[in-house]
Amino acid sequence: MEPILQLEHLNHVYSPGTPFEHRALIDIDLSIEKGSFVGMIGHTGSGKTTLIQHLNGLLKPTSGRILYNGEDIWISKQRIHQLRFQVGLVFQYPEYQLFEETVYRDIAFGPKNMGLDKDEVDRRVRDALRFVELPERILDHSPFELSGGQKRRVAIAGVIAMEPEVLILDEPIAGLDPESREAILRNIQDYHATRNNTVILVTHNMDVAARMSDQLLVMSHGSLYLSGTPEEIFSQTEALEQTGLTVPEVTQICDHLRRRGVPMPRGLYTVEAARDALLAMRGGSSHA
Amino acid sequence: MEHDTIIRTEQLCFSYLQEEGKLPYQVLDHIDLQIERGSFVVVLGRNGSGKSTLAKHFNAINLPVSGKVWVSGMDTADEALLLAIRRQVGMVFQNPDNQLVANVVEEDVAFAPENLGIPPEEIRERVDSALATVGLSEFRTHAPYLLSGGQKQRLAIAGVLAMQPDCIVLDEPTAMLDPIGRREVLETVHSINRQRGVTVVLITHHMDEALDADRVIVMGQGTILADGTPSEIFLQVELLREAGLDAPETVKLLYALRKAGWDISLDGLFAEDCADRIAAYLQKAE
Repeated sequence: MEPILQLEHLNHVYSPGTPFEHRALIDIDLSIEKGSFVGMIGHTGSGKTTLIQHLNGLLKPTSGRILYNGEDIWISKQRIHQLRFQVGLVFQYPEYQLFEETVYRDIAFGPKNMGLDKDEVDRRVRDALRFVELPERILDHSPFELSGGQKRRVAIAGVIAMEPEVLILDEPIAGLDPESREAILRNIQDYHATRNNTVILVTHNMDVAARMSDQLLVMSHGSLYLSGTPEEIFSQTEALEQTGLTVPEVTQICDHLRRRGVPMPRGLYTVEAARDALLAMRGGSSHA
Repeated sequence: MEHDTIIRTEQLCFSYLQEEGKLPYQVLDHIDLQIERGSFVVVLGRNGSGKSTLAKHFNAINLPVSGKVWVSGMDTADEALLLAIRRQVGMVFQNPDNQLVANVVEEDVAFAPENLGIPPEEIRERVDSALATVGLSEFRTHAPYLLSGGQKQRLAIAGVLAMQPDCIVLDEPTAMLDPIGRREVLETVHSINRQRGVTVVLITHHMDEALDADRVIVMGQGTILADGTPSEIFLQVELLREAGLDAPETVKLLYALRKAGWDISLDGLFAEDCADRIAAYLQKAE
């Protein structure tokens, strides 16, 4: 595995030298593997959004370096311009940023800016639309005629259409109902599986982070507080609770079971895993 | 019994007009519902199920196309009663940034009572008490935009409380908040219900917010699909799936164990109760 993004001693200070000076990121060292699915969690104000805005060069580090494929992204103007297409960022509530007259033109906006020819833009618009499971007939509609969940998907399609090597999504499921949430997560998973691209998903939802990610990053007060596989992270209930986060519900049940003397393994976070662990136990005791 | 009911709907229908030639889009389909004074009611349902439209009938933002809605016996279709109805039932919406009006926290809370022409001393009292209830007293001279999402929502709730309503209707108040903000808002809403006896109607997608409600109503296609206590509702895993909702993980785990042949009740909505059920089952089986 080789890293696609590396952060070295990254620091970011907002409004330095003023009474509002705020250290938003403190000495972050981080390596993100090519093709991995990374979940980022942390309470509001922990620095998640500031961090991802560094990854495609929207914010410049106060100190430290960001490497993309081993190369400093701030080395030249062309480099950073190119990076914006290689690292695609879907903001929170991206549907507020739809602005074109038709869905087609909105999705085509990014690829057009990349200087692609008309046919290639067209292919990408239709591909992206397929990824987010929207029918071609809505391409001529105004984005404002769509439901909230559909608008969200159009906005995501607009970033997918740039075919970025790294797709970053900031709270893509916030404010949606369970069905729309699942649909968008499925779209992201499909995109990841089909393209083998790196995905970074920022979410408040522990269950989602646990279920989707190979690697989890936990931010707290501007620092990278924990990093590891979901199993490793959710084995540390106390550490997570200290930073104001909760573990997935299934992990909580397992913690309570352990306190009641039931020998549940640590780090379980899916219903299936907990069920299997319990069934194995029951099997063991009844056949003994 | 009329005096115990704060909100009552009878055969309530509502539809949005479509383009010419198309049939109106029916959002609420003959809803009969009574909400008991002082209760904590959660309304669940997928997007488009009609839950927000229903809520907007509770303080006459929407008026029935046919059927009736009464708030403390007042017909919401009677324009002369509009102000009285709005004083009784306050609303809090999803986006905290869209409902704050002033540049200073306490002025925001004072906005509604000022408009009611309440004497300044009493406004002072109401503002102080509302801010204390939502735990924002120390921020009273701050600017609202400096508050966190959860704090902003609590401020919006304080603004409604200053009207001294009998009922608060909250339409997905936590959808845009992080887990800490959600917890803050829910604790505030529960304490208002318990301490002040204010009726709460909470509309949400989050199943876990419904676990300690008095009553859960599940909406789908403009009708009430289910209505009962949290345990009555959440044990119906199939019904929830049909309604586009998800059972809590606790119930899902118990359900999975039951499917695998365990003789275990699904009645364990909270993580602790769920663990109790499982531990008891294992002990019995030994």
